Amino acid sequence: MLLRDIAHSRAGDKGNISNISVIAYDPKDYPLLEKYLTAERVKEHFSQIVQGQVRRYALPTIGALNFVLEQALTGGVTRSLALDAHGKSLSSAMLSLDIPDADKG
Amino acid sequence: MKQVRIGSGAGYSGDRIEPAVELAERGELDYLIFECLAERTIAIAQRAKMKDPEAGYDPLLVDRMRAVLRPCSEKGIRIITNMGAANPLAAAAKVREIAQSMNLRKLRIAAVLGDDVLGILQTGDYTDDTGLPLNRLGNRLLSANAYLGAQALVEALAQGADIVITGRAADPSLVIAPLIHEFGWAMDDWHRLGQGTLVGHLLECAGQITGGYFADPGYKDVAGLARLGFPIGEVSEDGTVVITKVQGSGGQVTAATCKEQMLYEIHDPAAYFTPDVVADFSAVEIVELAPDRVRVSGATGRPRPETLKVSIGYIDSYIGEGQMSYAGPGALVRARLALDIVAERLKMTAVQASELRYDILGVNAMHGDALAASHSEPYEVRIRVAGRTDNLREAERIANEVESLYTCGPAGGGGATKSAKDIVAVLSTFLPRSEIKTSIQFEESRHAVT
Repeated sequence: MLLRDIAHSRAGDKGNISNISVIAYDPKDYPLLEKYLTAERVKEHFSQIVQGQVRRYALPTIGALNFVLEQALTGGVTRSLALDAHGKSLSSAMLSLDIPDADKG
Repeated sequence: MKQVRIGSGAGYSGDRIEPAVELAERGELDYLIFECLAERTIAIAQRAKMKDPEAGYDPLLVDRMRAVLRPCSEKGIRIITNMGAANPLAAAAKVREIAQSMNLRKLRIAAVLGDDVLGILQTGDYTDDTGLPLNRLGNRLLSANAYLGAQALVEALAQGADIVITGRAADPSLVIAPLIHEFGWAMDDWHRLGQGTLVGHLLECAGQITGGYFADPGYKDVAGLARLGFPIGEVSEDGTVVITKVQGSGGQVTAATCKEQMLYEIHDPAAYFTPDVVADFSAVEIVELAPDRVRVSGATGRPRPETLKVSIGYIDSYIGEGQMSYAGPGALVRARLALDIVAERLKMTAVQASELRYDILGVNAMHGDALAASHSEPYEVRIRVAGRTDNLREAERIANEVESLYTCGPAGGGGATKSAKDIVAVLSTFLPRSEIKTSIQFEESRHAVT
């Protein structure tokens, strides 16, 4: 299944850094997020976009992860040549990640 | 138990105006805030002020104030906003003028000054946060504004301001200030200030917490987005907040909308830096109490940072951009040919660009070729070429190379557009608090009507 089936997401920007939240619809699915959405996997998924490191923060009390992607916005919203200079649409790209069906409990 | 009701009337400068009127008329508010300053807005406003000393405040200030002043005045709702941008004094004078023209009761209007630190940075050897000297920017430097905290806003409220207008202040400070004023929180009550920062962060983007920018049909359905209601925070003395909205307005407040907004533009949730406190959101709890009523609690805080962040606006470069559309059979191969032609032309004519980007909208423009790999052939696409240059003339040449595809490019291209403009960008530095002096200036609206 796609991550989209169990979680929602929003991207924000500060300078050249994008942050993307991933929030489980059902808190019971939060362990799946923790297991499959490692910083390494997210860095790999965005390899063409993110030049810097990816850090992951866990918020178990609300069933969410927050990813911080450095050098992800081609210079940042104020000077980027990109169509989506804020990187607002990166949240949708995050939700296209695959999560193994078998683990869905 | 005492509660303070704060409505959020704008999440950015160009935001809708009607939801704020609805909040003022039917929100039973104590305070209405408007957060209207994006990162580089103040630098652009500074340029407007250079041309006209009475300009440099938010472009929608007049429309917003005309729309909300009467209900706010009648109901005693106090307004706090950063719509002063580069010129809070002129903004305050303009609001006085509007209030008088509307025959409203005497309103006390305070402008908060002191965020403009351009003079300080121009007279010393300062560096930006990457260590590079600021004087390298020379006459490309446009503005430097420190993020002020809640202190001056609290003082303005204590002196009886009905309307407080700031330039650059930290977004959550617009909300913390009335909480400190109403509840008498100490300026070193870090836990309450941390929770107050969370309230401010939840409210500052207005419609983003009431279901705006949230809908994803079939997954996250939201009703009534065209008449989206903006949020109200019912804040208790301990800083716990219930997020709600005007009954009958569009949108929704749910745990999910609150969670998305809580993490919006946050890095480490345990260390969110503001001028007032280092807030910790890592153990927050979010509970749905009733439809459109969500309780958010559990933020804490640590002592505030010793330096204030300063946002510096400067002219970074120029960007030229051209676009053209292709449709029907073979649209994609014609679009690719068009991009190849432009690339060859830019090389041939030696256009001086430090960075170039070739996109096919509908195919790879958003996330590059790797994430777009599974796409099928689209019926229509639009090419886009954008380049960064050192001057306007070179930027125009890039834009023209796309437009000239009308007579020199592949078959059937249509709808060309082009632009060339200078780019106002921002970078950051930090200054010790002691270097920044804030003050308050009142603009009385003298026209008192019974």
